[in-house]
Amino acid sequence: MIRVEQLTKSFVLHNQGGVEIPVFADIDLEVTAGECLVLAGPSGVGKSTLLRSLHANYLPNQGRVFVRHREEWVDLAVAEPRTVLDARRHTVGHVSQFLRAIPRVPAIDLVAEPMLDIGIGQDEAIDRAAAVLARLNLPEALWRLPPATFSGGEQQRVNIAITFARDYPILLLDEPTASLDAGNRAVVIEMIREATANGAAVVGIFHDRDVREAVGTREFDLREARPAA
Amino acid sequence: MNATGYNFAYLDEQTKRMIRRAILKAVAIPGYQVPFGGREMPLPYGWGTGGIQVTASIIGADDVLKVIDQGADDTTNAVNIRRFFAKTAGVTTTEHTTDATIIQTRHRIPEVLLSAHQTIVYQVPTPEPLRWIEPREAETRKMHALTEYGIMHVGLYEDIARFGRVTTSYNYPVRVNARYVMSPSPIPKFDNPKMDQMDALQLFGAGREKRVYAIPPHTSVESLDFEDHPFQIETWEERCALCDADDSFLDEVITDDAGTRMHVCSDSDYCRDRQEAGHVGDGGPE
Amino acid sequence: MSDFDDAPLLRVSGLTHRYGNTIACRDVSFELYPGEVLGIVGESGSGKTTLLDCLSGRLRPSTGEVAYDVRGRGLLDIHRQLSEPERRMLMRTDWGIVLQDPREGLRMRVSAGANVGERLMAIGARHYGEIRAQAVDWMERVELDLARIDDPPSTFSGGMRQRLQIARNLVTGPRLVFMDEPTSGLDVSVQARLLDLLRRLTRELNLASIVVTHDLGVVRLLSHRLIVMRDGEVVEHGLTDRVLDDPRHPYTQLLVSSILPV
Repeated sequence: MIRVEQLTKSFVLHNQGGVEIPVFADIDLEVTAGECLVLAGPSGVGKSTLLRSLHANYLPNQGRVFVRHREEWVDLAVAEPRTVLDARRHTVGHVSQFLRAIPRVPAIDLVAEPMLDIGIGQDEAIDRAAAVLARLNLPEALWRLPPATFSGGEQQRVNIAITFARDYPILLLDEPTASLDAGNRAVVIEMIREATANGAAVVGIFHDRDVREAVGTREFDLREARPAA
Repeated sequence: MNATGYNFAYLDEQTKRMIRRAILKAVAIPGYQVPFGGREMPLPYGWGTGGIQVTASIIGADDVLKVIDQGADDTTNAVNIRRFFAKTAGVTTTEHTTDATIIQTRHRIPEVLLSAHQTIVYQVPTPEPLRWIEPREAETRKMHALTEYGIMHVGLYEDIARFGRVTTSYNYPVRVNARYVMSPSPIPKFDNPKMDQMDALQLFGAGREKRVYAIPPHTSVESLDFEDHPFQIETWEERCALCDADDSFLDEVITDDAGTRMHVCSDSDYCRDRQEAGHVGDGGPE
Repeated sequence: MSDFDDAPLLRVSGLTHRYGNTIACRDVSFELYPGEVLGIVGESGSGKTTLLDCLSGRLRPSTGEVAYDVRGRGLLDIHRQLSEPERRMLMRTDWGIVLQDPREGLRMRVSAGANVGERLMAIGARHYGEIRAQAVDWMERVELDLARIDDPPSTFSGGMRQRLQIARNLVTGPRLVFMDEPTSGLDVSVQARLLDLLRRLTRELNLASIVVTHDLGVVRLLSHRLIVMRDGEVVEHGLTDRVLDDPRHPYTQLLVSSILPV
């Protein structure tokens, strides 16, 4: 479902004398349906950067990021923005570390929105949103409220719900469980395992060893991809 | 009794020719406002300077002139303009609509049907029907050129939204020859239907804004409206207290300081004709 | 963008505009597809307003083409292949424009309902009841209090005026809406509500729009794609979150790093 070839990424900070910060180089990897690839390595090694490159949120310097979209291999590194958006809408789900949402929109509507985007009716979208929020133990009293004032853990559960209310063939998870308690971590573990069991290809960064061990089918250590200094 | 020291009908011949050219163009493009080089007249703007210049340009020694203001021949404005032409052109004047060849008017169209040998000249204070919503002249010209007239219905919409019906009763906008939207001057909308397919030539003169426009004989003049709120003219419960007419535009007159009212024809000539023919109203002054 | 192989709605190529010897915008090219929201950001003087004026038909560019998919006729250069009446008709039917100052985009002296109904009347609607019903419907869709339908916008708050401007533009079912700083000058909470409304309407109506703003927060929430302008030139163009999170051009990096943290 994902095939990465020769992927290299560095940042050039033009406003700080043009200093170039290399992150990783020449990464090759493949993720097939039903797999959960865990990105490993110490903090700062570029796990998030790689994940964001897979989401086309970061643009690699070179290399290819193929995803299986609409029964074709699409290289997100060079695809037109509307192709990338279409891939994100239909194929690639992404859970970021922090919820970034429009202010003043109720949590349940945020969760329903990606379903409305692909033509699911309003009522069904709200039902499914409610189901996944309930499963993540978000108190029902919060559903109609915008998440800006929620606690970190509550916001993160809304964030997870936004992606897991849909069935994306590819899931990119950036520390989805970091601010959750043990009980909710278990729920998320269960949801990820269900996704892989249903054939999703998952790439994730997981802070907690128990989560890594529970969901991961394989590990990719970014220390192996450090560019030559 | 031509006054000496003035050219016939006050204006010099050059000016009259210039205005006639403007009138010809106006007749050729019904409802279109033609600019002309307006002259200073010996009376202030608002007293009919536009109408007077049009009349002066078309009047001949054989013409018979009638001047009305709000339907009446005997108001100050009407009397002054009639005298002006009697003096400067030596023409015959009349109060009888049917005897006149030129009728200059402010705010009314006579009740009797005008005929092909007559010309009616309207005094116009504000010729631009789009001005209320669009202050820019360049833009109103463009709107006319491109027949962008939707905005006129906005005014009618506002009336219906606020009062349940179109309350605009004077200067009710019309579309001439299915092309130009035109201000009919501040006549009551009661008179609008008379403009449609009229046998007489209709000329409009605006002195302050220096525009003339025209409706040639037998031209369609349609009052703007909505399908579900069709154009309607005023009606009265009352009849004329003097001549018993039930088909004319009535003015309400307060006859004493106790608030006693009666309704009488606004067209004084029409009312007198009917009285002379033996019609008697029921509320005439004792 | 649900239909993937659809044709572009707008194709801009080599658009340049000069005021005398000054180049206000230079060689701008892009395509816009149905349902896409394109943000144009830059500081004052970057040429983004000139660009918007050229795109929206109000200013004829010195060179280059603004081709729009005119209903039933296909891509035509709006400046050179459409007559002025055709262009003006397009602007009040298939296009909308939401201006920063609602006093310019609304008729302040006529009622809210008439502001919404005007475009319908402009294209020949002559049934009061139907016009009124549409005005009511659109007042509701932009969440304006129906009790205010007969009040003029001069009595409205800034946020209400912007929502009325949107309703007034959308009543004819346009496919492309231009927005010039639609949320600036509004209180933050009012901004948020307006942005949510715009997102909802663009999705529901598969509306394409071009949003010019200096506010990066607005484009992040509203636009799919982003053009960054500086000194009349496009310095960066791409997916909105990519441009904002991984800016490549020095100027974009400066812009992004200049946002005050909340």
